[in-house]
Amino acid sequence: MATTALEAPIVGVASDKTVDKRVVRRRLGPGPRVPGTLWIGPILLLGLWIVASATGVLDPRTLSEPWVVVETAKSLIADGRLPDALATSAYRASLGLVIGVAVGLVLALISGLSRVGEALIDGPVQVKRAIPSLALMPLLILWLGIGEPMKVITIALGVLIPIYIHTHNGLRGIDSRYAELAETVSLSRGAFVRHVVLPGATPGFLLGLRFAVLNALLSLVVVEQVNATSGIGHMITLASSYGQTEIIVVGLVVYALLGLVADGIVRIIERKALAWRRTLESH
Amino acid sequence: MATHAGESLKEPAVRVEGLHRSFSEAGGVLNGLDLTIDSGEFVALIGRSGSGKSTLLRALAGLDRSVAGSGVVDVPERVSVVFQDSRLLPWRRVLDNVILGLTGSDARARGLEALSEVGLEGRDKAWPHELSGGEQQRAALARSLVRDPQLLLADEPFGALDALTRIKMHKLLKKLYAAHNPAILLVTHDVDEAIALADRVIVLVDGVVGSDIRIDLGSKRSPGDPRFASLRAQLLAELGVVESVEEEVA
Repeated sequence: MATTALEAPIVGVASDKTVDKRVVRRRLGPGPRVPGTLWIGPILLLGLWIVASATGVLDPRTLSEPWVVVETAKSLIADGRLPDALATSAYRASLGLVIGVAVGLVLALISGLSRVGEALIDGPVQVKRAIPSLALMPLLILWLGIGEPMKVITIALGVLIPIYIHTHNGLRGIDSRYAELAETVSLSRGAFVRHVVLPGATPGFLLGLRFAVLNALLSLVVVEQVNATSGIGHMITLASSYGQTEIIVVGLVVYALLGLVADGIVRIIERKALAWRRTLESH
Repeated sequence: MATHAGESLKEPAVRVEGLHRSFSEAGGVLNGLDLTIDSGEFVALIGRSGSGKSTLLRALAGLDRSVAGSGVVDVPERVSVVFQDSRLLPWRRVLDNVILGLTGSDARARGLEALSEVGLEGRDKAWPHELSGGEQQRAALARSLVRDPQLLLADEPFGALDALTRIKMHKLLKKLYAAHNPAILLVTHDVDEAIALADRVIVLVDGVVGSDIRIDLGSKRSPGDPRFASLRAQLLAELGVVESVEEEVA
């Protein structure tokens, strides 16, 4: 018998009385979802840090001990510096994200649904794509100064591109037979966008959103470190000039948490919004 | 014609005159086809691959804007199309697929009614991928009928189903036809299906109507009936197919 490709069945609790002899193929997909697995990697990394600091392998001048970082975080929270900085940074990032997502989505729809729109929009976006948003900062500073508009627009520009690219790609990948169906049931253009285009482009849009969220954070870090008087980046830059490793680490941890939380939120949205799909992800 | 078709059996639902369609310079797919379908008449269209069946159906459905050609196509206002694939939007639940594009506060109620009519009561909240192939095609029929069509165009709607499911679907289509009485143009390559369901069978040959045969078998039709068998032999001969397997091999 060919048993090499087989594995033990996972179903049910085997009782000695009932015979459950079966032939089960080796699974090639990733298998059923296990809740909370997203956090295993980060927690292991944290454990490694604690062990390395406690045993003295890690010099505190290189990287502060976790408990020192926690104490620093507590006092930063107590004196209001961290909440203020976090609020400012989160506001900048989300405002840039919202603007970038909205503009990217609208551009993708116009360019995806009309040939005129494509001719006008797609080329410039591809050109913009080749220039990193951060490379545009000197120009944006000249145009807008170093205030909030410059920061938010830099973030929005970084967000716009992945949203546009992936939404446009998802939209153009929609099976043309659905457009034909929409024509036979005489859908209006608005209803076509609502019932066919947007849901059909959603998988692409959400992939773009995951890139966009990380781009927003990346841009946030840069705009705050170059010339800011508030926010997490400002807090880190200041700590760096005074050699306060523990504050720098607190800032980095906050960035990491922001990134993880944002990505987690997008994944949850993804799972809810794509419940109609039957893919390796869902089974 | 648009407003009162359906009420009078005399008035044709479909009028096609001198229809030409071609996809290349070399030759036409439809070559001056004339066809009339009365209101409430069930017509089956058969023909070999490439005979122009789908091209004709797409012309009637208004889906051939990019195909070169000429001629007159006159169809009623409300035309529904059933495709070979159910073409349900995978991201919309079954009921939302059925009432796609319908407006009005009673849309959901009408959709539920249509679903129960095709035997899918209780499946309104299912995702399309949770339905079997036959159920998906039932949902597609519900989507067509909820629009109260004067003309139903069906492009090999049961072609992808297994034989047993297909028999059930034939019964369902007969029942729906009796209840709603739209004009139907059923494109099929299944001669038995054509004889079992239609009032008239049209054989398409080289882009024109090759023969136009009225089926007078009443409502109870059995493949065992000798008249059924002779019609089948006649139609298969029109299609250039020899019925007996042994002869084919020899």
